[in-house]
Amino acid sequence: MLDSSKELVVITDAYESAGGDPAALCNKNFAGLVVSHNRILHRNDVAGVHIEGAETPTGARARITVEAGANVKDPVHLCFGVIPQEGLQEIVSDFEIGERARVKFVAHCFFPNAVKVKHVMDAKIHVGKDAEMTYSETHYHGEMGGVEVLPVAKVVVEEGGIFNNEFKLIKGAAGEVRLDYFADLKKDAVGELNAKIYGKKRDKIVVKESISLNGENARGLAKSRIIASDHCTSEVIGEAVGNAPNARGHVDCVEIIRGKDARASAVPRLLVIDERAKLTHEAAIGSVDKKQVETLMARGLTEEKAADVVVKGMLR
Amino acid sequence: MLHLIDIELVLGGRKILHNVNLELGVNEVHSVLGMNGTGKSTLASVIMGLNGYAPTAGRILFCEEDITALSISERAQRGITLAWQEPARFEGLTVAEYLATGRQVARNSPLCAQECLEKVGLRPQMYLNRAVDTTLSGGERRRVELAAVLAMGPKLAILDEPDSGIDPPSIDNIIDVIRTLSRRGAAVLLITHHGEVAAIADRASALCAGTILKTGNPVTITRFFRDYCQECLHINEPAGKELNNA
Repeated sequence: MLDSSKELVVITDAYESAGGDPAALCNKNFAGLVVSHNRILHRNDVAGVHIEGAETPTGARARITVEAGANVKDPVHLCFGVIPQEGLQEIVSDFEIGERARVKFVAHCFFPNAVKVKHVMDAKIHVGKDAEMTYSETHYHGEMGGVEVLPVAKVVVEEGGIFNNEFKLIKGAAGEVRLDYFADLKKDAVGELNAKIYGKKRDKIVVKESISLNGENARGLAKSRIIASDHCTSEVIGEAVGNAPNARGHVDCVEIIRGKDARASAVPRLLVIDERAKLTHEAAIGSVDKKQVETLMARGLTEEKAADVVVKGMLR
Repeated sequence: MLHLIDIELVLGGRKILHNVNLELGVNEVHSVLGMNGTGKSTLASVIMGLNGYAPTAGRILFCEEDITALSISERAQRGITLAWQEPARFEGLTVAEYLATGRQVARNSPLCAQECLEKVGLRPQMYLNRAVDTTLSGGERRRVELAAVLAMGPKLAILDEPDSGIDPPSIDNIIDVIRTLSRRGAAVLLITHHGEVAAIADRASALCAGTILKTGNPVTITRFFRDYCQECLHINEPAGKELNNA
């Protein structure tokens, strides 16, 4: 096993290759938490943001609290990774965002050498009244496809709160991903769940995004953009429940198949309980849109390059 | 520069275009007028080589090269491009990036993205970083399409109803774009319903039922279109008697 300082260097390198800014990772001006396998390598608080962490035999527990009214200027950096080829990492996290607080989290998860790595993320998120939280999570998996990722989040957004989430896995082979996010939106709350995944080789992707509109005027969006190439299989389940007057929810799924052996399916589930609620959904599954490709070809791009431009844009 | 020879297109057993013969010279602006469903956009698709629009008969020559069998990309790389009437939207692609896509095939000193946007009446600082997605209105998207054509610096620009959905005061922008393209050495095939726009062409053709009825100076053809096409009771089925009187 590497000592902590050497491991931090390795982690920082991996973090950079995952698209993170290494200068920000352990910067004392930014709140942050770095966990390598089950070792907490770095933890830092800033005014208004408190991070408690505890190592467990298979990962770490974290409790992240943002004080009421705090307007956190810089993003909070979170970093979880497993450097060896094999391992289990279980992260149990608890986010408490105080009333009227505003905060953005930038999380990077990376498993660059994974042959048999399992990463479990179990998050509970509470966004207080009139608070705003953005959680942006980017994964970097190696090319072996040997990662099993199970991110589960249960989110409650109180009255007037805003929660924006983006899960992005577009570098390396995804492996097996089973994402399960649920947002309970109270009165006037806004929630957006957004997953972007590029599946290759024999990757298996299951994305389940659920929004439950339980308060008057709540607004929710469950959005997914999946590319399934090679022998990848992809399934998206987008759920919305309209359970309050004037609640509005939308499920928006696009899955693009690239290759004759890839498979994709979409299952929208909409349930209206309050007759004044309104839910909508749209799903498009198939090859890259012909008109988009032809438009770019008319600017001189080859068909393949044009399709790449469309796909890369979609996953941004 | 462009020479269409006896173009015929049959789709689903129906003859959409037939006996289409048209020549465009270097720098020439040529308007094509026609009612809905006469084959104007189909003609644009055939020239650009869109999938499913390969002519069933006839040839397309561009700069004396037979391009009938070339792909869209190959035609674009030779300097042909098309501005769609209802252009595609792209998630995550900014206007700046979209305008840059054509620069790799652009000829010498093409206009920069800022200049192109200004030409179409869009303020660069407000649009360069916006996505070419559904957040743009139909009119904005069509202007961005025209800007992208300008940025490419084509030899032949096919503009499919660029004035559609544009508010009347902005028609001048469209006319300015067409003139700029022409000044910079491009031929323009301009598909339009708009008499004021059609009138800026060097020549014009009236299309009906998939064939060119008449080609001539734009004033004559616009008048012909107004008198014999817009008033025609035989939509897409030109009556011989009326045409003989034209």
